[in-house]
Amino acid sequence: MTGMGTNGAGSGPVSGRGASVTLSNLEKTYDRANAAKAVDGVSLDIRSGEFLTMLGPSGSGKTTTLMMIAGFETPTAGDIAIDGKSVVAMPPYRRNIGMVFQNYALFPHLTVEENVGFPLKQRGVPKAERAKLVAEALELVHLPGYGARYPRQLSGGQQQRVAVARAVVFRPRLLLMDEPLGALDKQLRENLQLEMRRLHADLGITFIYVTHDQEEALTMSDRIAVMNDGKVAQVGSPEDLYDRPDNRFVAGFIGESNFLPAVVRGMEDNIVIAECEGALIRALCPGRPASGEKVTLTTRPERLRFADGVWAGTPPQNRLSVTVTEAVFAGERCRYMLQAGDGTSIVLKEPSSATIRRRAVGERAEIAWSVADTILV
Amino acid sequence: MSEVVQPASLALAVSRPKTSPFDWRRAVPLLLAAPLLIYMLVFYALPVVAMLLRSVNDPTWTLSHYATLLDDVVFQKTFWITINTSVTVTLGCLILGYPVAMGLVRAKSMAPFILVVILLPFWTSVLVRSYAWMVLLGRHGLVNEALLALGMIDRPIRILNTPLATQIAMIHILLPYMILPIANALRQIDPSLIRAASGLGSTPFMTFRQVILPLSMSGVAAGTLLTFVLALGFYITPAMVGGPRDITLSMLIAQQVDQLNWAYAATLSAVLLATALAILAVARKLPGVGNAFRTSMR
Repeated sequence: MTGMGTNGAGSGPVSGRGASVTLSNLEKTYDRANAAKAVDGVSLDIRSGEFLTMLGPSGSGKTTTLMMIAGFETPTAGDIAIDGKSVVAMPPYRRNIGMVFQNYALFPHLTVEENVGFPLKQRGVPKAERAKLVAEALELVHLPGYGARYPRQLSGGQQQRVAVARAVVFRPRLLLMDEPLGALDKQLRENLQLEMRRLHADLGITFIYVTHDQEEALTMSDRIAVMNDGKVAQVGSPEDLYDRPDNRFVAGFIGESNFLPAVVRGMEDNIVIAECEGALIRALCPGRPASGEKVTLTTRPERLRFADGVWAGTPPQNRLSVTVTEAVFAGERCRYMLQAGDGTSIVLKEPSSATIRRRAVGERAEIAWSVADTILV
Repeated sequence: MSEVVQPASLALAVSRPKTSPFDWRRAVPLLLAAPLLIYMLVFYALPVVAMLLRSVNDPTWTLSHYATLLDDVVFQKTFWITINTSVTVTLGCLILGYPVAMGLVRAKSMAPFILVVILLPFWTSVLVRSYAWMVLLGRHGLVNEALLALGMIDRPIRILNTPLATQIAMIHILLPYMILPIANALRQIDPSLIRAASGLGSTPFMTFRQVILPLSMSGVAAGTLLTFVLALGFYITPAMVGGPRDITLSMLIAQQVDQLNWAYAATLSAVLLATALAILAVARKLPGVGNAFRTSMR
């Protein structure tokens, strides 16, 4: 398969079945009068065989970055290297990258078989071999026997599978996906998320996936690059991003977070002690903020508990007095809106259980949570 | 035409449950079209029927007028010239028009300008445009003067009053009918398909061959049919800039009317009408073209 036609991007220092991608200070400005940078200095090392997701709100530059990797947009500055070789000057049809579009972009005048065979035809693969590879690719996405149909005769989920088959049939070393599940309903999306993971494991190639859906990103990715305002806000494993967000944007964008304004009072090793609502709260902190500095602490609603509850081990160190302002029973859990002394709102999520007393609105309580679940952002 | 009316009436019928056996809402589109329909009936359909009747009822019921066409040399030569001119003009429009349509669709800020350039002649009378071509192509016209100045010819050549002049002028006049349907079809191609093709390893030329061209065939079919059928009935332009011996069917018909040869003129008209209808009927049966009709009407 390696000798197959225009294999420009695949001829560098090659390791494994997946390509490595290096973005260096990538910038994109659209030539409109005083337009902001759509992508503003993105540097990212995507490892061979990795499932990397670019996650961010619309307008964060994630799709523009993907389009630059694919070759549909030209960077204003910076470099893109695939397997160590710069591809900036290479047209998309020479980059040998598989791509799945948000709206699938299946050719309406071609059958499923012709659609999947399209990249092979462009590479001059003989007809007999083409048929064999197309059948294999359709098998891979669980659509054998659908070859003679036209895209309009398929459901959204099936069309999406055809698009994936078409993107991998020529064995690219890199697969780009631009919100491929965006148009599908929730149930189908969850099934296909698992299938994408399986596909990634089967093929062993590098996946770069773009989505605005944080749950999707957390479920599927090896690593996530959170994008905001054209910049990478943080790169890390799903656990890293959820448990140790680097900044307020990441803490707020991935999952739900409480933000507590506080003033630094001291440091113990890499733990900062800060005063918040009259209480001393300890938080993880990589840097060394000065005493007296105003900071924000963040913690997840489901990591908070009422202090008078039952504790498995040592009761956690961080404590705060609050008043319940809202109590919502949501089946598997209870969601409380709490208010600390001077008005900071805090959300607490408690797993529901017949043995746990439900709190009433207006009730005063103390909440507690562990230092490891508190981050200074 | 029914394709245009149906979806609207269907939508109305679906949105309200039927209560009375006769739904007045269904009649609304018909009532709205009624003034025009009546006008067309009185001033178009009736004269056409009268003309067709004349070709078989002059002076008595007879098919002899049609029978004489079979060995009428003038008619056969004219018919051949008409078809030949129409085919040439249609091909010329297609070759010149397709790239323009692509340019129109691709151009971003220039698009309104290109559109005006295409439509400007469209808003000028055929008569004026044909006169303009007489001036340009004449013995001392711009074309001859330019060729002389460039030293490509020694003395003025005859362009005006040749089949070539007819073809040049008719291509110019009919180009918008070719460009607009093609541009319409090209505009409906999802740009992500072109990106997808490129991403999947297709060079720009292969993308054109395998994606853009097949997906624009509906527009090509619509433009070709429109141009061809319009070219069949062209009268003013061939009469003004064409050769005196290169007579088209419509010129022959006018000639016969001038000579008050009503039955012969009516028979020729019937043949012209039948030819146009036959072409439309055959075209509709071709795979893809039938769809083109429906899509271009939507």
